[in-house]
Amino acid sequence: MTKKQKKVRNRIIITLVMFVILLTLDKLGYFDNIPWFVQLPIYAVPYVIIGYDVVKKAAINICHGQIFDENFLMMIATFGAFGIGEYSEALAVMLFYQVGELFQSVAVGKSRQSISDMMSIAPEFANVVSGDGTVNEVDPEEVSIGDILLIRAGEKIPVDGTVVEGESFLDTAALTGESVPRRAAVGDYVISGCINGEGILKIRAEKAYEDSTVARILELVENASNKKSRMENFITRFARYYTPVVTIGAVLLAIIPPIVGNMAFADSIKRACIFLIVSCPCALVISVPLGFFGGIGASSKIGVLVKGSNFLEAAAAVKTIVFDKTGTLTKGEFKVTEIIPAKDGNFDQNELLRIAAAGESMSNHPIAKSVLAAFYEKAGEGTAFDGLNESETREIAGRGIRTVYNGKELLVGNTRLLEDNNIAYDVVEQIGTIVYVALDSKYLGAIIISDVIKEGTKEAVSLMKKAGVKKAVMLTGDRRAAAEYVAKEIGIDEVHAELLPADKVSRVENLLSSSDNSNNKLAFVGDGINDAPVLMRADVGIAMGSLGSDAAIEAADIVIMDDDIKKISSVVKIARKTLRIVKENIVFALAVKLIILVLGALGLTTMWLAVFGDVGVAVIAILNSMRALKAD
Amino acid sequence: MKKTYKCEVDCANCAAKMEDAIKKIEGVVNARVNFMTQKLSLEAADDIFDEVLDKAVKACKKVEPDCEIEI
Repeated sequence: MTKKQKKVRNRIIITLVMFVILLTLDKLGYFDNIPWFVQLPIYAVPYVIIGYDVVKKAAINICHGQIFDENFLMMIATFGAFGIGEYSEALAVMLFYQVGELFQSVAVGKSRQSISDMMSIAPEFANVVSGDGTVNEVDPEEVSIGDILLIRAGEKIPVDGTVVEGESFLDTAALTGESVPRRAAVGDYVISGCINGEGILKIRAEKAYEDSTVARILELVENASNKKSRMENFITRFARYYTPVVTIGAVLLAIIPPIVGNMAFADSIKRACIFLIVSCPCALVISVPLGFFGGIGASSKIGVLVKGSNFLEAAAAVKTIVFDKTGTLTKGEFKVTEIIPAKDGNFDQNELLRIAAAGESMSNHPIAKSVLAAFYEKAGEGTAFDGLNESETREIAGRGIRTVYNGKELLVGNTRLLEDNNIAYDVVEQIGTIVYVALDSKYLGAIIISDVIKEGTKEAVSLMKKAGVKKAVMLTGDRRAAAEYVAKEIGIDEVHAELLPADKVSRVENLLSSSDNSNNKLAFVGDGINDAPVLMRADVGIAMGSLGSDAAIEAADIVIMDDDIKKISSVVKIARKTLRIVKENIVFALAVKLIILVLGALGLTTMWLAVFGDVGVAVIAILNSMRALKAD
Repeated sequence: MKKTYKCEVDCANCAAKMEDAIKKIEGVVNARVNFMTQKLSLEAADDIFDEVLDKAVKACKKVEPDCEIEI
């Protein structure tokens, strides 16, 4: 509790004691013969203790021309109760209003605290190693680029940098939600906010604190609640009209029945007071933004940054999800995925790979590198190719390589290379880049090199469908056959292949116009490297695996900090849950208030119930909102 | 120039009202009062910044007399 809250708490305790004493005396009949001008001051003492600030605020606000806030409502209601001789009710109303307010402020403070704990990635200090080897502890903001920083076990990396000495495992959980530590060795780029698990690291600062990952993330999260959702805007607008309307209603309720009918003024004023108390919109005004804040907090807990409540709201309505293929669904690195020896040959896969690798060993072509990498993986790094005549190796543009191996002509390349040399080969139907190998004019087999689908992608797509996504679309610049193969493999519904970067934007625009309503949003998922325009154009731009990539953090609405595509469905779920909680609160608060308003107007309720309708409902709504914080 | 200050506000509604009041001050490029993070961010031209800030604090006090802004 803060100082302010403690002060209110003490006032509540004092007043509560006095209230109980007064109520007991009243019920025992001691006040029966005491005239009102004695009773009123007796009740006024605890009333002033508990309510002076409310009355003061109301008075000041009226002077400033700001009427119709909750202080005003409480003042009018309690004054009204005093006016009609309901002293204990007036006191009770003010007392319970303050109890509720205190509860609210503690609850809000708690959830604010738990969110900032979750985001406790900000480093408190940095150890700068100066030229003579002494270590000085400074504020992270004072670190300049090029400084050498010492990070001991258990300390946070203060700014983004490169490891210059030492080796360790880094705990990135606070940033990525990933619990498996990352290895960091000399030359590795490390990002701020990670915790050094063991050993001592020395890093060279590559960025100032304010440009470092941790500072950028904190800024994003803090600003996230500035981007308001439609629902929040609705509530703000609603509250602006609602309070005056209810106040006017209360005035009419107080005046009209006694004039038109034969109701006593005391009765009609009491009803009007009930009307006023229950009408306060704070349950909505606080719990709705709090719910969204909780949802954003829950997302950051699993390593997903949501840049605004509006994007969380949109994510809940995502029905179409568009993926960029390379780098998002596939790793974007080419690997040997299959080795197919010739049908009538007697070579095994390893032998075929060895010969192909020998042929490719002098080349710098990406395909050649993939073949070599696969070979080295099996045979060990740097294995020599005996029998290869390196000086005879020739690269034939658009065909492949011709060299001499064990005194025989070795051809490694595409179909045209083999056709040029009149060598018959098996037709290979696999998808990918196919490298044919022929030795001494005899076909030996083929090696398939293709982009590798990321692990868990298929599962991720089916999880998204389970979470309510109707259509999964893939965009790629790749050839149709390769694209369709990937799409089929992981369960994509629609494929647009052979696109130029500019085509991607127009395809997304087409999809957007065909799904144009608020319950049908489109999300685009990219790696953020060259799809910034598409990320911005989509309803929800989701950037993947962009830890430390400035462009992606800038352009995307939702950033998935590690590479885990499965988190998209988690975010959609969190967004849905948040929206559900917020809707529950709106419906619940309005329904309870409406019922009490009607009962109050008919004279069927007490002021106690009205106070519950105000602060009780607010507290329940706040507690409900706090559920949004929990990721499940 | 844009600066952020700690700002103690008690209710979400008051924060919204404070934000509105600050935005109406002459010289304010943009302003935010964030209830959740309890922060006030103010954007104004460098040469008049202190003057604007002063007015902004006054405007906040007018809306919410017991709000505290750390400068």
